[in-house]
Amino acid sequence: MRYIPNSPDERADMLKQIGVASIENLFDSIPKELRLSDHLNVPAAMSELELLKRFREMGARNKSARRINFLGGGAYSHYVPTIVDHLISRSEFFTAYTPYQPEISQGTLQSIFEFQTLVCQLTGMDIANASMYDGSTAMAEAVLMAERITKRSKVIVSSAVHPQYLEVAQTYVQHAGINLHEAPYCAEFGTTLTDSFSALDESTAAIVVQSPNFFGCIEDVAALAERAHSVGALLIVTVTEAMSLGLLKSPGACGADIVVAEAQSFGVPLSFGGPYVGLFATRDKYARQIPGRLVGEAYDKNGRRGFVLTLATREQHIRREKATSNICTNEGLIALAATIYLETMGRRGVQEAARQCAQKAHYAAREIATLDGFSLPYSGPFFNEFIVRAPVEASSLLDRLAQEKGIDGGIALSRFESTREYDFLVCVTETNTREQIDLLVAGIDSLGH
Amino acid sequence: MANVPDNLHYSKDHEWVRVDGDTAVIGITDHAQDQLGDVVYVELPKAGEEFAANDSFGSVESVKAVSEIFTPVTGKVTETNDSLNDEPEKVNKDPYDEGWMIKMKMRNAGEVDSLLTAAEYEDFTKAESE
Amino acid sequence: MSQWTNYSIVMINKVTTHLSPNEALIFERSQTGRAGFMLPALDVDELSLDEIIPREFQRDDDLAGMPEVTEVDVVRHFTRMSTWNYSIDQGMYPLGSCTMKYNSRLNEKVARIADFANLHPLASESESQGALEVIYELQQHLAEITGLPGVSLQPAAGAHGEMTGIMIIRAFIDARDGKEESANRRTMLIPDSAHGTNPASAHLSGFTVKTIKSTAEGLTDLDHLRELCAHGDVAGLMLTNPNTLGLFERNIQEICRIVHDAGGLVYMDGANMNALVGIARPGDMGVDVIHLNLHKTFSTPHGGGGPGSGPCCCTKGLEPFLPVPRIVSTASGSDRIFKLDYNYPQSIGRVKAFLGNYGMMLRALAYTLTHGYDGLREATETAVLNARYIAHGLLSDYDKPFNGDPMHEVVFTDKRQARKGVHTLDIAKRLIDYGFHPMTIYFPLIVSGAMLIEPTESVGRQELDQFIDAMRSIAKEAVEDPELVLNAPHSTRIGRLDEAAAARKPVLRWKASAAAHAS
Repeated sequence: MRYIPNSPDERADMLKQIGVASIENLFDSIPKELRLSDHLNVPAAMSELELLKRFREMGARNKSARRINFLGGGAYSHYVPTIVDHLISRSEFFTAYTPYQPEISQGTLQSIFEFQTLVCQLTGMDIANASMYDGSTAMAEAVLMAERITKRSKVIVSSAVHPQYLEVAQTYVQHAGINLHEAPYCAEFGTTLTDSFSALDESTAAIVVQSPNFFGCIEDVAALAERAHSVGALLIVTVTEAMSLGLLKSPGACGADIVVAEAQSFGVPLSFGGPYVGLFATRDKYARQIPGRLVGEAYDKNGRRGFVLTLATREQHIRREKATSNICTNEGLIALAATIYLETMGRRGVQEAARQCAQKAHYAAREIATLDGFSLPYSGPFFNEFIVRAPVEASSLLDRLAQEKGIDGGIALSRFESTREYDFLVCVTETNTREQIDLLVAGIDSLGH
Repeated sequence: MANVPDNLHYSKDHEWVRVDGDTAVIGITDHAQDQLGDVVYVELPKAGEEFAANDSFGSVESVKAVSEIFTPVTGKVTETNDSLNDEPEKVNKDPYDEGWMIKMKMRNAGEVDSLLTAAEYEDFTKAESE
Repeated sequence: MSQWTNYSIVMINKVTTHLSPNEALIFERSQTGRAGFMLPALDVDELSLDEIIPREFQRDDDLAGMPEVTEVDVVRHFTRMSTWNYSIDQGMYPLGSCTMKYNSRLNEKVARIADFANLHPLASESESQGALEVIYELQQHLAEITGLPGVSLQPAAGAHGEMTGIMIIRAFIDARDGKEESANRRTMLIPDSAHGTNPASAHLSGFTVKTIKSTAEGLTDLDHLRELCAHGDVAGLMLTNPNTLGLFERNIQEICRIVHDAGGLVYMDGANMNALVGIARPGDMGVDVIHLNLHKTFSTPHGGGGPGSGPCCCTKGLEPFLPVPRIVSTASGSDRIFKLDYNYPQSIGRVKAFLGNYGMMLRALAYTLTHGYDGLREATETAVLNARYIAHGLLSDYDKPFNGDPMHEVVFTDKRQARKGVHTLDIAKRLIDYGFHPMTIYFPLIVSGAMLIEPTESVGRQELDQFIDAMRSIAKEAVEDPELVLNAPHSTRIGRLDEAAAARKPVLRWKASAAAHAS
């Protein structure tokens, strides 16, 4: 199967017209010794029927995809209205590129403007960009931005931030002259210990926290903002479960300076980790320090409203090595999916989905807490994820739960921290029925002894 | 043809200097604003900052370009034109008057003598565009 | 020569019988009480919210301002807005350096197979073997295509792959020379014609950028390269090949030798790989590390600006530095098992949560398998043939600044039209009236008034002829009726927007008060 709209005769004719003897001669500018004499060692072309069969066979070995699941930890199973995929599949959206020519890209531009507005509303911030690759890279970029704004080099990161996000931040800053200091979390509440910011001082650029954090616990963002601001540092808040924004006080209202989030929860399939979409929002006064694309309102000479890419002088194609980021491509189509999701669910739908997540998760937590030998180690409030401490090794318990009961019951924390072999992270969303929750509870009860 | 007032001193980076006692008023030339196109943002230092001659003290942005601006003289910034925050277009409309950028207290008033005169600057821009 | 026909353009007034052109922002459509969703009734015992989440942590703004609309509203809203976009499916989209080729629907179908789409990234390895196999197999094919055996699919876009590649170079040099010695090697050489992402990525990795001049022929200046390499401070060179002028750097082996002899490594920006797949391999040229853009060469959709995917491929010697986790296979044959391997102590670390933009990997593998070895080569051949056909067709009317034969894209300038006051921007806008998306304009920066045209293989001869006709007709208009070109486009919903005003007082979001004020 291939997609080349010229016949061999037409190609021969074109060659003749441009005065080139053969196809091979098109490549005369490549030294002969560099040209492949044989074909590539990749398989021969497959038909549509063969291809689909091949992928379906591979897919069948993803046993997890068909199970009841309680997996969270940065990627969440939420209900996606049918029209999301339908609308993003329109050619006009998915086969267009970056809106460099505003006159014929208004569909994309207006959608991004709506996206930026929705992100501001949800995060409680003044401005938002047109998206980042994902939550983890957005958080790393926020750290770099804090250094640019404050011209300070120390950044304190809560160790209750998603461990992979922390790893990404470490990679990004390793040559930027920024030192990351990890702040411990409280073994009782599961939240960042505000009193133990021993490293916090006037050389601190920012404090970075996640709320709800990796353990599902809600951080006291307002108190953290106060601590950061007391030394002139910024507060960066990361959200991995964006659905929590439907219920929890916005980071903006709590005093955050930069809010980043993973918005996969808003209408984006799990798809084994990507593509997802990072949100990036901040205060008006930092507009010229924000990374990535921005869309703004503009008018033509007849006074018609339209939208354009704006404040482009921040970006790499103009400022090159002095740009606010090296990012070029954002996550356009996924941002569009999130926009359509948020508009379809709307104000009340996002609230209702968030309410159901919280209620169902708390039901599950209550039930699990009654099981013999099982406990919930953290007493801090949570949204829809929580840590369970099992009487047996969590990873083998979860393996057996999957094999024997067909349930992916959570994520063993030993995958991230080898000493936490009994703990696992459970996530409940509006897609989990009471029946599924009861099966989970009965399942771990029967296997956990 | 760009406007080049006689009473000013000019740098090869297209800044102008008006001397007023030991104060230098600095902006960018008509030629420079014309090359840049519509100015949309001017980034200026704070009063009190010190610069040596030829230091970058800020930048001027058009829709699709950024240019650094350099101080032709050494000294301390005493005042900046904050009205450019709201009306950066003044740099286009009136580069030598309302579009001024900073005032500096000069450390060495003699430095202006090494700058270009209006006639020299005109020759310089002509040569540069050829 | 074929017969070039003249197109006559009908001036279209901005009146319409349909509502589409006036579609408002969703926030302006919102009506209290409308709803577009329905969830099952809550089936667990409900506690009062205050019992589970302290009041001070609860949202207190009731999500004011978020829209309340119905599903019908949303479908009409986006369908109407979609009609304001130009897209590949409508026609030729010759953005140079962007490779706007056809996005197959079959690849979309593959990406939506439920067993992939519903797979959680933290599912256990044994429960996601099929997904890992896709990654492993794509890695194998990309290694073969580039001639570079170490592959990571983790980077989410081209610039992200660049950052990864440059960090790998930095880590390699740090390991080779020791931290102290390596601190003297912090210069990254980048040609003046490069994409802006190159210097930005180099900066992120702690390098100082030095710019290499291009020759009058449009190639890397070897003398200047030698001179820059003479000081012992060069960590590497970032080179696009074919370069952004569409020309193959025919001295590539010599270039690599000079950089290697100076102790540096060669990074290749793979944005232009659509000119090389199946024809020549960067690994054979002496390149050490490269990124690919799956959304360019491997046809994954551009989506109005992403998602991309920017795999990084490198030599055996650089493999230990690739991001973790790596996806490896334990055995061969039918009993092989795919695993995530974190055990690379010299790795630069993780560049993204989870394993990368996985959905793009599915599509890219589907592209590779549907084309096969001969189809991949045929696509490259056709892409180059199409660009050469355009280069030939426009030569009589536009200035072509470099004589060399272009590969998959060709650069022209507005030099002849500028004499009449018609510039590249105007030509681009006028092209919209002829039904084409404009080419890349004002890039590369070293060419004044550049128009960079990349047709890709997804354009047939008739459409190439129509494009050439349109461009020639515009050249004629530029002489006979320059105002027509200067005021273009005439056929779109809106005219040219005042970008300066937009940047001076940026309005980056809708606000309730602003809307009330407007009405």
